[in-house]
Amino acid sequence: MGRYVARRLLQMIPVFFGATLLIFVMVNVMGDPIAGLCGERACDTATAAQLRREFGLDKPLWQQYATYMGNVFTGDFGTAFNGQPVTQLMASAFPVTIRLTVVAILFEIVVGITLGVLTGLRRGRPVDTSVLVLTLVVISVPTFVTGLLLQLLFGVQWGWIRPSVSPAAAFGELIVPGLVLASVSLAYVTRLTRTSIAENRRSDYVRTAVAKGLPRRRVVVRHLLRNSLIPVVTFIGTDIGALMGGAIVTERIFNIHGVGYQLYQGILRQNTQTVVGFVTVLVLVFLVANLLVDLLYAVLDPRIRYA
Amino acid sequence: MRGVARAAAGAVGAVLVLAACGGGGAGVGAKALTASWGDPQNPLEPSNTNEVQGGKVLDMIFRGLKRYNPKTAKAENMLAERIDTTDSRHFTITVRNGWRFSNGEPITARSFVDAWNYGASLRNNQKNAYFFGYIEGYGKVHPESGKQSADTLSGLRVTGPRTFTVTLDQKFSTFPDTLGYAAFAPLPRAFFTHHAAWLDKPVGNGPYTIESYTRGAQMTLRKWDGYPGPDKARNDGVTLVVYTDSNTAYTDVLAGNLDLVDDIPAGQLKNVRTDLAGRYINSPAGILQTLAFPFYDPKWNTGGARKVRTGLSMAINRKQITETIFRNTRTPATDWTSPVLGTAGGFKPGLCGRACDYDPAGARKLVQEGGGLPGGQVKITYNADTGSHRQWVDAVCNSINNALGNDRACVGNPVGTFADFRNQIGRHRMTGPFRAGWQMDYPLIQNFLQPLYYTDASSNDGKWSDKQFDHLVDRANAETDRPRAIGLFQQAEGVVRDNMAAIPLWYQNGSAGYSDRLHNVALNPFSVPVYDEIKVG
Repeated sequence: MGRYVARRLLQMIPVFFGATLLIFVMVNVMGDPIAGLCGERACDTATAAQLRREFGLDKPLWQQYATYMGNVFTGDFGTAFNGQPVTQLMASAFPVTIRLTVVAILFEIVVGITLGVLTGLRRGRPVDTSVLVLTLVVISVPTFVTGLLLQLLFGVQWGWIRPSVSPAAAFGELIVPGLVLASVSLAYVTRLTRTSIAENRRSDYVRTAVAKGLPRRRVVVRHLLRNSLIPVVTFIGTDIGALMGGAIVTERIFNIHGVGYQLYQGILRQNTQTVVGFVTVLVLVFLVANLLVDLLYAVLDPRIRYA
Repeated sequence: MRGVARAAAGAVGAVLVLAACGGGGAGVGAKALTASWGDPQNPLEPSNTNEVQGGKVLDMIFRGLKRYNPKTAKAENMLAERIDTTDSRHFTITVRNGWRFSNGEPITARSFVDAWNYGASLRNNQKNAYFFGYIEGYGKVHPESGKQSADTLSGLRVTGPRTFTVTLDQKFSTFPDTLGYAAFAPLPRAFFTHHAAWLDKPVGNGPYTIESYTRGAQMTLRKWDGYPGPDKARNDGVTLVVYTDSNTAYTDVLAGNLDLVDDIPAGQLKNVRTDLAGRYINSPAGILQTLAFPFYDPKWNTGGARKVRTGLSMAINRKQITETIFRNTRTPATDWTSPVLGTAGGFKPGLCGRACDYDPAGARKLVQEGGGLPGGQVKITYNADTGSHRQWVDAVCNSINNALGNDRACVGNPVGTFADFRNQIGRHRMTGPFRAGWQMDYPLIQNFLQPLYYTDASSNDGKWSDKQFDHLVDRANAETDRPRAIGLFQQAEGVVRDNMAAIPLWYQNGSAGYSDRLHNVALNPFSVPVYDEIKVG
């Protein structure tokens, strides 16, 4: 187990460097960020040159990358164009997005798995069919449509929620945005659980458990669900990173000032420091989440052992 | 299992109720209002703020020597008691007595001179430094290349506690009227001594003070009770809330969670009148949209190309586009300035003449006479990330294609980001017309002409150059008699027309919507809400 973890951690290093380099190059290909800084008129050459020097943009790309990575390891993610250190932006953005992700994941786990178990146990019944149709609708409708619709209905028509989230972004305010963010994944979780449950229902160990006269509840939760959860856990685990990075649309609709918002601003203003910094952290989140998922396998299914 | 389902449904329900409780106003007081805001792109320093969002705040917390009347756009004395000159080059400025910054520091001549020297100095990377470019000694403080050889502008001299002199390196008769621009605001000592702390919470001398500022999220401003000026705030304060998307801000106004949105998204224009029933403002702003041309490209810099440019202008059905796409939030342009200047200030409707009238037959004829479209096709370059430019560029192209009877005559050429768009313009990579928007810095006809069309001027992106135009502008700047100066500027504008140096498209309006709690809401000529005059309740 220890060696497995070590090996996985070592594998992260090239992925990490590769991903950051790629982002670095991509943002750079987009052109000179200083050009957009002065609004509709061009910056005067002297100021532009000096700004370029200050942000290190006058150096060759490999050197910029090397300097940047060197700084990252000392915890310095550079400065955004508005003069704010990127770490400060992260400190304000990540907690918000993490809260939003937690809400979304909770929805996936609670609602998704519950619906999945329900339908998996009643295949072909009206409940199953209606949930299947519902999930199909959710999957096929783009997130921004769901988001705007819920915002309009709950926020403006019925006045249940505020259409936008306040800067504090407390858990209570993030419930509807979290639901919107989770919606597509939630549908997948439901379907995954349903299939998995339906398959395992006919397996020998379930029959044995039932034959032993165990209460139905125990059969379902301890025997059936535990084994059926492996693909679901994989999905939810990898989804954590995707949700954090993919929150751009949801965050924009509900005016949540999280990672998606900062990334969007960074891309719009071609702010290399912001974009690369945030993506670097997201890459790390993704890698760690994947590792945790793999380790969870062993917990769920003791037959899986890592040498 | 039924139990589980019920529990889940119950949980979702409870969650929604909780969410409802999470709502509630974010106001600072009963007579305070909330307004939409965008994250300022640059640190909030007067000489470093070149976009509307940062400008809004500066307009609330600063007052300069002059102030532009929010209704008439006329430059009126604010902190200036007198600005005297005999030759349009040497100015003596007297600052009014009794003004203070909100931290108690009195405002003296030095508050201005230090601020201007700071703004001009290359060392401080100020993006508005060129505003001080007319002052003598600018070249030493802010050289085009190399290190600066002086720290202060030689043309600025403090002559008394409340007086200072300004020497310009050329005659510029309307210079005093430029002093209402935020870059010329006075700065307190704290700005220089505790710079970082000042940036976290700027201190100024306007009707409002900043109570708290969370970057990227919101800024709470309070009425400053000790404000000595005549334009005291009529509300208790303003909370500016950052929105990434104007649609969300608009939705928030509809839901009653926000009081004021000053950018109605294009998609909502068709319902805004019914949605907001009388609480919608659509008033002219000092913004002109044009199509500029790359005169550095030899194809566009010929005698024939001049006719082609005029022909293209005649091929654009401005009226139809402003009605259908912009729902009358823009007005077809018939000159190169803006209605906010007023006719006394140099706005001359119809100056463009027939060249701005939709005339497909005339357009075809002119383009043919001019030798056809350079390269057989025009590509209009624009940035696709903001401002819904795609719609109107497509409409303009459509109009041109219809007029010329060739559906390949014009195509749009989108560029991904604004930064890249500016980058390509800066590197002179344009091969055809490109989107050019001009938001005035100050309401002067000079500002609509000189920065855009004077040889090598700061925003002359197309590198147009014309001796006669330059000469007329020089004469206008030297002219001390205001009406005569404006007449000369209009003659210069005639040169722009005769060469069709840029195709004027439409004057842009500012648009805003507000909740029924607010009264007396208006937009100033810069399309910024006049916050201090808004009454709440």
